[in-house]
Amino acid sequence: MAKKRVAVVGTGQTMHKSHRPDVNGQELIHEAVKTALADAELTINDIDAIVIGNMDHFEGINYVDCWSVDGSGGWMKPIIKLTTGGTTGSTLAIGGYHMVASGLFEKVLIIGWEKNSESDTTGAITTAFDPIWDRLVFAGAIAGLAAEGMAYMTEFGITDKDAARVSVRDRKHACNNPYAQLRQEVTLEEVLASPMLSDPIHLLDVCPRTDGACAVIMASEDVAQKICPTPAWVWGTANRHTYTYVGDLNLGEIDSMKYAAAELWKKTGITEPRKQIDVIELYQPYSFAGIIWIEAMGIIPRGKGAEYIWSGATDMGGELPINPSGGVIACNPIGATGLIRCAEACTQIMGKGGARQVPDVNLAVSTGFGGCFWTDILLYGKQKPDF
Amino acid sequence: MEQDLSKVTPLVYESRIGVPYNWWAGKTASRFFETIAHDKKLAATKCDKCGKVFVPPRKTCPECFVDTNSWVSLSGEGTVVTFTVVTRKLAALGKRNPPVIFALIRPDGADTAMLHILDNIAPEKVHTGLAVKPVFSENPKGHITDISHFEPV
Repeated sequence: MAKKRVAVVGTGQTMHKSHRPDVNGQELIHEAVKTALADAELTINDIDAIVIGNMDHFEGINYVDCWSVDGSGGWMKPIIKLTTGGTTGSTLAIGGYHMVASGLFEKVLIIGWEKNSESDTTGAITTAFDPIWDRLVFAGAIAGLAAEGMAYMTEFGITDKDAARVSVRDRKHACNNPYAQLRQEVTLEEVLASPMLSDPIHLLDVCPRTDGACAVIMASEDVAQKICPTPAWVWGTANRHTYTYVGDLNLGEIDSMKYAAAELWKKTGITEPRKQIDVIELYQPYSFAGIIWIEAMGIIPRGKGAEYIWSGATDMGGELPINPSGGVIACNPIGATGLIRCAEACTQIMGKGGARQVPDVNLAVSTGFGGCFWTDILLYGKQKPDF
Repeated sequence: MEQDLSKVTPLVYESRIGVPYNWWAGKTASRFFETIAHDKKLAATKCDKCGKVFVPPRKTCPECFVDTNSWVSLSGEGTVVTFTVVTRKLAALGKRNPPVIFALIRPDGADTAMLHILDNIAPEKVHTGLAVKPVFSENPKGHITDISHFEPV
């Protein structure tokens, strides 16, 4: 249980693009920070501490906490850098939550950013894998995901058409999100006709590379109620790591999600996630995950994910819309991606989603995923948690 | 000076970072590579508490969190747990050309799988549960590529 209750009181994002040559990293960060401060109606002087992060090696700048002060507003403030690979953005949200919940800081500015266009994604991601055992036979991020999709397909007999339905959903949703990088609808046929990258993953099944930044401001209970008409209360967080070498993975089931979600539901009193949760921003870098991971999350029984997706339940207007923002398949500035999920989930609670708003959101979930199959998960509520 | 930036061309500084590393394998992993070089076998560790057998061998059982003190010798023959066929020239392939089959292979007698490459089989013939065996490199160097690849038994 948190020592103090914590709420998100403002969020900000850049307009995400494949390349942002018009700004350097600090300037990109500043765009998100300015927007978040305006959203929370605060100035940088109100901020007590900053948590910032991005992917190791992507920009080749390893003292980002210091280097970014021009953009973050962190000059002469306490700053901590967190970086945990793909989950960096969600870890930032969890870290910021811990800082406020501890009672040591009242208002914390959380920043995730990436200029993915500045380097070689695979070269950088390779460094997340063990140098002795995995790197020399490394299959790449896409092939790792493909091996998961293949394991699940083999067990349950789904096809790439089932997965394509997830891609169609997210790419359609993205058209409602002015911040998303890729805002173009696709058909099932187009997904299936796109080039096969690594069996069973087609080009249109996977996320792009993106330049972008996101900022979220969290505040303690007393402050949040004073400064924000509809704060998004953090009900709880959980995370799990299950892996040292690739061969340890239980591919096709994502144990880290299963255990993290089970813990989160237990400690926040969620007994029927499918009925109780109103919207999910799932860190879903490829389409098959949209089927496999909602089962691991306990939304739907194992083996029933594809049927649930086809029913339209996770589309806008369905019983449990997933990724109203268009999700990671439409936009992936990696160090920001998990924090964008947090910002989008909180935007839904605050009712500021515009064309992508789901009606009457009381409980929202965001997740984070790292390429080595670890998971972060956060639950937010419109009501203050009574625990 | 004009305030308008619309006519400015953004510059790019193209560069590269080259950093040499020495990654120490440790004695536990070193025994695995020595055993390949001398005996063409896979040396696995076994947790005396839960009985799990680990390939790659590890010094500590991650679940019981106790040291693994027993060693088991495995032939390396095993089964495919899952796999993918990379059909495009993805950056991760390096010098290899598609199609390349990456597989998780569980050696018989082990409780964990190892990541490696499957060869000498048509991609469409690969399936989960396929029985495979390691083909060892003729010039072992103490790398995971001392197993050149796996192929059908």
